[in-house]
Amino acid sequence: MRGFLLNRLSQSLILLLIVSVIGFLVLNLLPGGPLAQFGLDPGMTQDDLDRLKEQLGLNRPLLMQYLDWAWRLLQGDWGHSFRDGAPVLAVIGRHVLATLLLMGTSTAIAIAIGTWIGIRGATHRYSLFDHLATVGAMVALSIPTFWFGLVGIYIFSLQLGWLPAGNMYTIGDGSVLNYLHHLILPSVVLSLVHVAIWSRYMRTATLDAISQDFVKTARAKGLSERRVIMKHVVGNALLPMITLAGVQLPSILTGALVTETVFTWPGMGRLFLDSLGYSDYPVVMGLLMFSAILVILGNLIADIAVAIVDPRIRLG
Amino acid sequence: MVASIQAVAPHDVALSVRDLSVNLPEGMERTHAVENISFDLKRGQILCIIGESGSGKSVTANAIMGLLPKVIRVSSGAIQLDGVNIIGMSPDKLRSLRGRVVSMIFQDPLSALNPLMTVGAQIDEVMAAHGVGTQKSRRGRAIELLTEVGLPEPELMYHQYPFRLSGGQRQRVMIAMALALEPTILIADEPTTALDVTTQAQILELIRDIQRRKGMSVMFITHDFGVVAEIADSVVVMEKGHIVEQGSAQQVLKSPGHPYTRRLIAAVPRLTGEDRIPLETADKAPILKVEGLMKTYRGGSALFGKQRVVPAVNEVSFDLAPGRTLGVVGESGSGKSSLGRLLIKLLDSDGGGILFEGRDIAKLSESEFRPLRPRVQMIFQDPFASLNPRSTVGHILTVGPVAHGVPYAQAREEAKALLAHVGLDTGAFGRYPHEFSGGQRQRIGIARALMFKPKLLIADEAVSALDVSIQAQILQLLDQIQRETGVSMIFITHDLRVASQICDEIAVMQKGRIVERGPPSQIFLDPRSAYTRELVAAIPGEQPGPTRPVAANG
Repeated sequence: MRGFLLNRLSQSLILLLIVSVIGFLVLNLLPGGPLAQFGLDPGMTQDDLDRLKEQLGLNRPLLMQYLDWAWRLLQGDWGHSFRDGAPVLAVIGRHVLATLLLMGTSTAIAIAIGTWIGIRGATHRYSLFDHLATVGAMVALSIPTFWFGLVGIYIFSLQLGWLPAGNMYTIGDGSVLNYLHHLILPSVVLSLVHVAIWSRYMRTATLDAISQDFVKTARAKGLSERRVIMKHVVGNALLPMITLAGVQLPSILTGALVTETVFTWPGMGRLFLDSLGYSDYPVVMGLLMFSAILVILGNLIADIAVAIVDPRIRLG
Repeated sequence: MVASIQAVAPHDVALSVRDLSVNLPEGMERTHAVENISFDLKRGQILCIIGESGSGKSVTANAIMGLLPKVIRVSSGAIQLDGVNIIGMSPDKLRSLRGRVVSMIFQDPLSALNPLMTVGAQIDEVMAAHGVGTQKSRRGRAIELLTEVGLPEPELMYHQYPFRLSGGQRQRVMIAMALALEPTILIADEPTTALDVTTQAQILELIRDIQRRKGMSVMFITHDFGVVAEIADSVVVMEKGHIVEQGSAQQVLKSPGHPYTRRLIAAVPRLTGEDRIPLETADKAPILKVEGLMKTYRGGSALFGKQRVVPAVNEVSFDLAPGRTLGVVGESGSGKSSLGRLLIKLLDSDGGGILFEGRDIAKLSESEFRPLRPRVQMIFQDPFASLNPRSTVGHILTVGPVAHGVPYAQAREEAKALLAHVGLDTGAFGRYPHEFSGGQRQRIGIARALMFKPKLLIADEAVSALDVSIQAQILQLLDQIQRETGVSMIFITHDLRVASQICDEIAVMQKGRIVERGPPSQIFLDPRSAYTRELVAAIPGEQPGPTRPVAANG
């Protein structure tokens, strides 16, 4: 286990290095450069811009800028936003909770419902339920999320008036109930796609497990069908799903760009889009590193979880 | 057709099957999996059901367990378990019989245990499912069972996960599980087929021993008459869903009445102590000379953590004359398959030499060896996996020679001639592998290897996946081809009886080394090494000795 962790850690560091170099290069090769936004302000003269360049250290060679940025990053200083001068980590911190709330809820819904649909589809293969689930998943996967979002807003907000059309809470009303009220529509819309994906994977994993010899052994022992499925089939079917969950983990914190935009949800997806539009390079780079670390962490956590659950890996 | 069934007093019979027919779903090659079969399993006896693949023996077992897939239904007949008819019984009542009145063990112990549960938990589960005992008493009973089936350190074994156990140990766990509630009947579906011969002997002995001690009734399904001779009290012979013969073991084995039984018994590879009459060739110089060949597998990471080093092939030397067959026998993990892969350079050796026609091929690079590759060909074990299902037989046969520069028209003619030669219709050329049976596919595999006019054929378990009657035909075909073409052969097998039939010389491998090498007469009648003696003694069914003309010499 220790060797495995050391191995993974060294791989991860190299990966982060590559991601940061590529990110840094691509951003700085974009036309316009980091000061384009300031140039749009008619009150800014060329002298002002040059002074700003000097102040922000943007007149140094790219390599120096990168090394300086990377060195500060290692020390926990992720730089300051060009927009309001706030530290990048603080900016991320302001948005990450909103995203966590939305994505966490929708993922929880997706895993619970998707797992159930997947297991039932596999144990009742080719039944009406299975066919409906298959068609439903295809529909949910092929229609873009923003369409579901807009239709949801049209029906439940405009026509029926049951749910708010956007935002995370009503200004002036910070009650839990108010948050929940705002959460329902975006999280359900977002979970549609995830239910579809999750249920398809779960169905396949369950079918794989159900055809194993040990399931026949379990039946031959006289176990109830319920126990055969819950203990022997699902236990083994969930193993590959852990890895899938690990891949999904980063998206829980980095947000859903489209859904957050449709519902004006103040999350990470929106932050990324806005920062790009504003050429707020420090924030964009910060978000890039943040999601890269999450991807690595997600996979690592999944691998460790599999090792904990699967004795063949834990003890082998 | 069927030998009469003696009327027995019901209390003498643990399991009685009467006029049982089981339907197959429409569109299968026959309408019934089994049709009108009747037999009795007497109390305290071992009944062997023997048949080849597709005979319906496993369907019968599953019907008795109430474990038939939904699409396969019992259409008529009765199955009486301990005097109770289970046909039409509610699923819940059936479930309460499973594991308590009738238990089952399966063929492949490697996949029959749940990898995520400890051995102890899996044994405990049987008792818990039937509401027997308390947690504490079940634990005690489980450890008692583990002791009873001869597993070492039962207390520790209780907490082990299956992956830590060998195949034989896992099968012992399965048996412990099946015995937990002292069932009246034990159904064993080919329980030793996937095991090595010495392990097989131990498991057979265990089953017989437990059956005697507990007075249990055992229904033992097998395809191997050797196993039947070892343990059966009575025998049922099945062919294509029908019972063709049944009677006491003595009677069926010694004086089989039905032609199918006679064919099946005749097809069983018999251990012959007779040597094959070697093929006379003009050239006596060895075609292959192997000197001190080494291959070591390294597992784990060299950088972090510990490294595992397994010597798979260790200082192996032998030579092979033109037109001769060398058998390489050994149990799983002996290194016999690694040796085969080294010889055909599918695997790179770590040391030693392979002199093929006087030239050391061990050190050749892939591109240097390529022109020689046609001359060394391989026949693979699984005829279902070794042929590309998307290619026609014609394509499979011609693609190799064409890649080596033979014009397609010529390759096609040769392929058609070869198909006829290996006993297939030339019409097979345009058809796909799935249209052929296992034996026919193996003939295609042989034809494919012969397309290159090889000097050396390496057959890795080439008949292991086949039914015995097919096995005999393929062995005969290989013998015939060798006599016609003078090709040399290395025949890798775990089955000493098969090796005794086709080999001029046999090398016995253990843990990567050749422990003994000699003609069949020496290996089987006068083995020099202790390990060979152990292997020969473990062969089920018979003692070695001259019995009948050797097929390979016919």
